[in-house]
Formats: sequence, structure tokens, C-alpha cells
Amino acid sequence: MKYIDPHVHMVSRTTDDYQRMALAGCIAITEPAFWAGFDRSSAQGFFDYYRQLTEYEPRRAALFGIQHFTWLCINPKEADDPGFAREVIALIPDFLKCDNVLGIGEIGLNKNTKNEKIILEEQIALAEKYNQLVLVHTPHLEDKRKGTRLIMDALSASKIDPGRILIDHVEEHTVAEVLDRGFWAGMTLYPDTKMTPQRATDVIEMYGSERIWMNSAGDWGCSDPLAVPKARIEMSRRGHHMSLIDKVTLDNPRTFLSQSEKFVLKAE
Amino acid sequence: MAETGFSCPQTREQVINMYFLEHRAKLLDVAAFLDRLDRARPTASNVDFREAALNEAVRILVDGQPQRAKRILDLLSDSTTEIPQSAHGMKGASGAVRGNSGGAS
Repeated sequence: MKYIDPHVHMVSRTTDDYQRMALAGCIAITEPAFWAGFDRSSAQGFFDYYRQLTEYEPRRAALFGIQHFTWLCINPKEADDPGFAREVIALIPDFLKCDNVLGIGEIGLNKNTKNEKIILEEQIALAEKYNQLVLVHTPHLEDKRKGTRLIMDALSASKIDPGRILIDHVEEHTVAEVLDRGFWAGMTLYPDTKMTPQRATDVIEMYGSERIWMNSAGDWGCSDPLAVPKARIEMSRRGHHMSLIDKVTLDNPRTFLSQSEKFVLKAE
Repeated sequence: MAETGFSCPQTREQVINMYFLEHRAKLLDVAAFLDRLDRARPTASNVDFREAALNEAVRILVDGQPQRAKRILDLLSDSTTEIPQSAHGMKGASGAVRGNSGGAS
């Protein structure tokens, strides 16, 4: 069994988690830049974080035979101060040259504010300028549906092919609209605030397996870096064919991510 | 992108066999939570907007109509169109909408 976890924040996880993921069949992960649980006090804090994502974390993953790829941005939670956000964004182009950087992400909205939207649009423009893939964070709970629509409108105003954009953290009330507008959709398997493996399997049954993937988004909160293999077990015990299970947990991530020439799997 | 018909590979009996106990327990959790609320001293005259939203969501569970998860999520979603300038002073997401402005997609 092989799978890819295309959204997991390994900087917040222990080395034991890498080992457990490898034992469960994980061959590659992609790690978007995100909110560390506290607001950083300077752009230099992001510079160090980007170095961690591009230099240190790939080495730690490689100890367990897992390939590590990443996405860079200023996350929406810290993007509400446009002046500060622009200082951070200015750091990104140099890091885009790194071997494991696949694109811009996870950009999006948090509280659906004008300030966040300005910075979202500037980071979409950055992705467009440097021809990068885009990974999108959608807001939590009651803010998700409104935020997802605002984000899709901003993306549609750019020239980026929606097939090069993945909108993450979809749920039952947002998935259809995301897919209908041509974007890829990500389902985050998260114990409290997002989806369970059961509900994610329901979504596959209701909306199909095209342009959709699952991820753990494992981070510093209550989360599970083994959520993807647990979803595979859920699909299997319901009687889904292994080809479908592989499609949503291995083939689809590979198809989307391979649009970046940097995403080459050594295990194949 | 429409929901398809019998897209679950299991029969109804198989689904019940596999999931009944798990969801029986979850339903009891909700019932016990509502009982706990009844036993707790009120601190305001109005019903908390989250409690009201939960009571409304429970009605969706038993209305016999499809897409219950989507409709509950819609019910618990912000339906406003205003965009504030900044998040300064805002609280984190609460999971329901104050003033019951959540609803239709």
C-alpha cells in the first residue's frame, strides 16, 4: 500500500510521526506554509520558517524514505496586516527556486476581511507571475461557505487555469461548487472541525472521484497524521475497489502535483 | 455536480450493521448534552445562538429529506455579504451564526 499525504504540517509533528506514516505506506508529503499557533513578530520569523520547510524538513522526512515537498506563502491568519504581509511576500520569490517548492500555499481567507482579500489577490498574482501551482485554505466553520465563494471569485479573476488550483478543506456544502467551477478539491480529515474518514468517503460516493484528494492536515492541534490510511481502511471496509481507493489517495495527488516539474516520485 | 443515487456499495442492512452502534453512541452524546444544558443555571434571558442553531439542526435530522449534512452546514453558515475591513477585535469562529442569519445556499 502506498499513499501521498498532500497536506500535512510536519514542522509541528514529531519524528515518530514520520516513522508511523512510513510504516503505513506514505511515500510523499506536501507541506503548506501555515499559521504556527501564534503571530510571528517579524518577517524574519517567516524567513527562518521557509528555511525550515526547504532545508531541514526534507532531510528529516528522507530519514524514513518519505519525499518532502512544500508550498510557501503568508497564511491568511497573519495576512490581516497588509504592510507586514507584503514584507513577508517579498521573501518568497527567492525560495521558489528551491527543489522542493511546488507553489504558493496555503493562501486564502480566515475571517473574510478586505485586508485578507487584498493579500490573497497579491499572492494569486505572485503565483501567476511565477507560473506556480496554488493550494488554497478555506475558512473554518460558519465562515467557510462565504469565504470559499470569495476565494473562488478572486481566483477566477486571475488568468491561472483552475486545474492548477486545489481548494482545500471542502465539506458537503462547498465541494460541489468547487468542482463545478473547475478547481481541484481537498478534503481534510480532522477529528473536530473538519471531516471524518466516514464523511469523506460519503463525499466520494456522492460527488465522484475526479479532481479530489484527501489529506490529514496534521499540525499542532488535535489532528491525526495517519488520517489518510484510516480513510483508505474506511473505503475498503465499505467494499470500495482498491483502484478507487488508490485513485483518491495516490493517483489524484500525483496527477495534480505532477503539474510542477519538481514533483517526481523516486519510489516509482 | 449532482449527488448520485445508490452510490454506497453496501446494502442498507450492511450500513446499519457497520455503523449503528457508533451512531447510537453519538446520538446519546447529543441527548446527554441537551440534558446537561437543562441542568445548567442560565446566565442570560435569551437562548444562546449556538443552542438555538443546534435545536434547528436537529429538526433537519428527522425531516426525511436528503443531503442532511449539507443542509445542516448551510444552516450553520454565515449568509451575509458584507466584508469587514479587518479581523482586528473579532473572535474566532464559533460554529454557528449569531442572529440566526445562516441558511440557504
